[in-house]
Amino acid sequence: MSELIRKDASVLAGLVSSGEVSAVEVAQAHLDRIAVVDGDVHAFLHVDTEGALASAAAVDAKVKAGEKLSVLAGVPLGLKDILATNGLPTTCGSRVLDGWIPPYDATVVTKLREAGVVILGKTNMDEFAMGSSTEHSAFGPTHNPWDLERIPGGSGGGSSACVASFEAPLAIGTDTGGSIRQPAAVTGSVGVKPTYGGVSRYGIVALASSLDQAGPCARNVLDTALLHSVIAGHDPMDATSINAPVPDVIAAAKRADIKGMKVGIVKELGGEGYQAGVRTRFEESVALIESLGAEVVEVSCPSFPAALAAYYLILPSEASSNLAKFDGIRFGNRVGDDGTKSVEQVMSETRAAGFGSEVIRRIILGTYALSAGYYDAYYGQAQKVRTLIKQDFDAAFAKVDVLISPTAPTTAFKIGEKLDDPLAMYLNDVATIPVNMAGLPGMSLPIGLAPEDNLPVGLQIIAPAMADDRLYNVGAAIERELLAKWGGPILGMAPELAGA
Amino acid sequence: MSGISQEDVAHLANLARINIPTDELGHYAKQLDAILNAVAEVSSLDTANVVAMSHPVPMTNVFREDIPGVSLTAEQALSGAPAVEDERFRVPRILDEE
Repeated sequence: MSELIRKDASVLAGLVSSGEVSAVEVAQAHLDRIAVVDGDVHAFLHVDTEGALASAAAVDAKVKAGEKLSVLAGVPLGLKDILATNGLPTTCGSRVLDGWIPPYDATVVTKLREAGVVILGKTNMDEFAMGSSTEHSAFGPTHNPWDLERIPGGSGGGSSACVASFEAPLAIGTDTGGSIRQPAAVTGSVGVKPTYGGVSRYGIVALASSLDQAGPCARNVLDTALLHSVIAGHDPMDATSINAPVPDVIAAAKRADIKGMKVGIVKELGGEGYQAGVRTRFEESVALIESLGAEVVEVSCPSFPAALAAYYLILPSEASSNLAKFDGIRFGNRVGDDGTKSVEQVMSETRAAGFGSEVIRRIILGTYALSAGYYDAYYGQAQKVRTLIKQDFDAAFAKVDVLISPTAPTTAFKIGEKLDDPLAMYLNDVATIPVNMAGLPGMSLPIGLAPEDNLPVGLQIIAPAMADDRLYNVGAAIERELLAKWGGPILGMAPELAGA
Repeated sequence: MSGISQEDVAHLANLARINIPTDELGHYAKQLDAILNAVAEVSSLDTANVVAMSHPVPMTNVFREDIPGVSLTAEQALSGAPAVEDERFRVPRILDEE
């Protein structure tokens, strides 16, 4: 197996731009890796061999011509199958879109192509991003490279697993309640949910429009920052896109100096309900942060215990509306149209055949929460709780520069363990959800293995809106110390995949 | 806030245009009831003087320049449609017969 697959994205970009290695060689090395291990991991729903090699060849032509390249030109990437890709299938992990080929690119995809990033294919996900394990994909689960019997997180388990199994150094995820950060935590990779509006949502199939945000996944903080800088920025095609300069995340990742910073531990995110090994690694990180010259204080966010409940009203409500378009009329599959049935009957059969049980549960729940007579008690009340969560964050950030917590309450659980217990599944996102509710940026950073099961644990770092650069500064400072302690990247401790 | 019955699930499924088989309604009702009990926690906080928030970034009237651009051709727009006729989406019957 080529050594190229274990290299950082920043290193690969340097090798390509200097002409030492061709982008085609880099792409082929990763395609070979996918061919060998993806039968076990199942991170990809669709591999675009031809397209990847063609875009790599285009980068090589630019190198030969002496053209200036972007910071990630020639670096391969896995793209969550929720982003529209012109000419490439986009399924959102759902049968209802099986075989659909979009006629346009999402803005994030356009930016990646312009930057010469090589898109290897589309990664697996929970159907329409509903889930925390990737078990709700209509095309079968993705497996965690640390232990193939365990989940890689979700909904973006394909993106986290492709990065953690060295199939790609970079991936794009989307995060509505933790779908970038929780998968990063349980696979020992880095994932960032940018400030809401920091990355365009144009061409990304909407789950909950007021919560969704695309972001970067990688194996280290600097690579994550480089990808963040490529995809972020104002987009006139997305009315909720923030028209302001992108925070300098690359400089922050290189600064890695937290001396004199104030770091807050969120009292309500941790303790009871969190696995012992998760708590152990979190407490070690707190000591590490203090040793780097930052002041750590505890802050209270009293409304956070109600965040999960509010989220599971707001998300299904928005989703029930957003998913109304999947009715077999303009795109996707149509079921039962034998010429005798009404449009309502055909829509109902199409949606019953096309949607999995978790999607149906949430659509029904959202329809209920938005019903006359229940609207104020459920959706309206949840929106008020959302205001209280934002006020808690505002009060906390008046005292500290960043907040920290464990990313997820446990390490990766076994495939099948929580599949038919929706409430147990929802608890995975208890620490990540408040961040989406307030539209803030958050990072998950690997901080070690839980002693009891030798599986990765993630630290969540949260910053105020449009202060995404703080995540990278803090994350890089902690990462530098941990790399020195471990003697190399955490993914070097993962078992070799059998296929390799 | 009361529980959710099989009949409620059937009604909501009809509103949402999802044809749930009768023998699955009970399973959904049971799960949805448990979820609704859990999310009732939103009522635990005092929100008497709290304004509801629909969106993390307050924005109104976002405009852009009205510049003609390239849009999809009819062929592209219809490329993913399950049924097409005369450059249009072909749909099942939408009116009852006379």
